[in-house]
Formats: sequence, structure tokens, C-alpha cells
Amino acid sequence: MSARIVFLGPLRDLVGVDDLDVPAPLDWSGLLEAVPPSVADQLKLERVNIACAGRVLSDKTALCAQDGEEVALLPPVSGG
Amino acid sequence: MRDVRLLAKGFSPAPPLAALARACPDAGGIASYTGKVRAGGVKVLELQHYEPLTLPGMEALADRAMQRFELDGVVVWHRTGHIRAGAPIVLVAAASRHRRQSIEAVDFLMDHLKSAAWFWKREKREDGWHWIEPRAVDHTDLARWKENSARV
Repeated sequence: MSARIVFLGPLRDLVGVDDLDVPAPLDWSGLLEAVPPSVADQLKLERVNIACAGRVLSDKTALCAQDGEEVALLPPVSGG
Repeated sequence: MRDVRLLAKGFSPAPPLAALARACPDAGGIASYTGKVRAGGVKVLELQHYEPLTLPGMEALADRAMQRFELDGVVVWHRTGHIRAGAPIVLVAAASRHRRQSIEAVDFLMDHLKSAAWFWKREKREDGWHWIEPRAVDHTDLARWKENSARV
């Protein structure tokens, strides 16, 4: 029973790994505990989004990742 | 005709533009934009994406442009991975009956790809890697297209 946390962009540099497997179910407080404090600080900022199972959450504190689901941490984007 | 791709390798803009023209014989015009890595200072640019979100988001964006600007066809190609100076990063093109729709559609697509699509960009310069964040002007550009705006 595990969920996978995926780090993207600058958040990946903070952790030094692409992803991290953690016990499921995973909620918002569990996520904040599972990542390094530097990442947890970023997650609390409004400009950082979270996707669970391929959907961006409108309220990230409502996170509830089940077994096998992927939780992506999405810092501000820049394309083009 | 809707051609939306994420590309891990380099591309030339000419073939997709020719394909768009062939697929839209009734269009009165085609507008396009090619974004490239600036030479000077930047050695290489890296674009990260997130598979479950990035391509579906680009497809939804292309659909919105098709509908909003009544396009006959649209091309949205975006690179991922490492890109060297001078190489194309992004190509958008729109075919429409009249010129204004295609020109505005290209502007709309680029504003959204810049600051509302799921990409993370960093540049390698003399002193190492630097993440690029959207500038304030990118957000202002995007806000022009809010659905209730007077424009278009």
C-alpha cells in the first residue's frame, strides 16, 4: 500500500530525487511530513499546486491519495 | 485538423506548416510562431514536463483555440528535454477563413503555453543552471484572454 510523490522543476532540485514512495493513503499533513522541510515550506505557498492521479486539486489540503496513485508537486510553470 | 505534440527530439517547423496548409484548403490564411532558444549566454535549455498533465493540457488548449477563433486547423508542437541555443522550442500555427482569427489564435496559444501549461524551464549559463519563472508581464499577457474580457 503505497503512493508515489513526484517532484517537478525546482522542487526536484531541493530533494535530489525524481520521486519518493510513501505509505498510502496519504493526506495533506502526511505529505508535509513525508517531504523535506524546504519542500513543505514551498507546498504551503499558494503558487505551488498538487495533482493527484492526474488531476490538479483545487484544494490541495483535501489531498487523499490511495494505493498506487501518484501525487505530483507542481511549482510555478514556464514554457514556450 | 488538430496536431498537438510533445517532442523529445529536435524538429523543423516547415513540414507541420506545410501539412496544415494541405489539411485546410479553405483557409484564407495561416499565422504561425516559432519560439527558439536565444543565442548568447544560454548554453542549453532544459524543459521538464509531467506526462499525465502536459499533453492533455495542450490538447485542451488547442481545442479552446479552435472553438474560440473558429479555426480550420491548429498546430501546437512543444519540445521537452535538452535544447541547444538557436533550436526551436515551440511551434504554434493556426489556419482560419480571415486573418485576424489566426493571428489572435497564435497570440492566445503562446500566452497560455508561456505561463499556464505544465512545463518547467531552466537555462544553463556560464555559472550553472537557473530555473526560469514566469515574469509579471507573462501573467498580464495571459489575463488579456479571460473569457469575460472585451477582447475577442
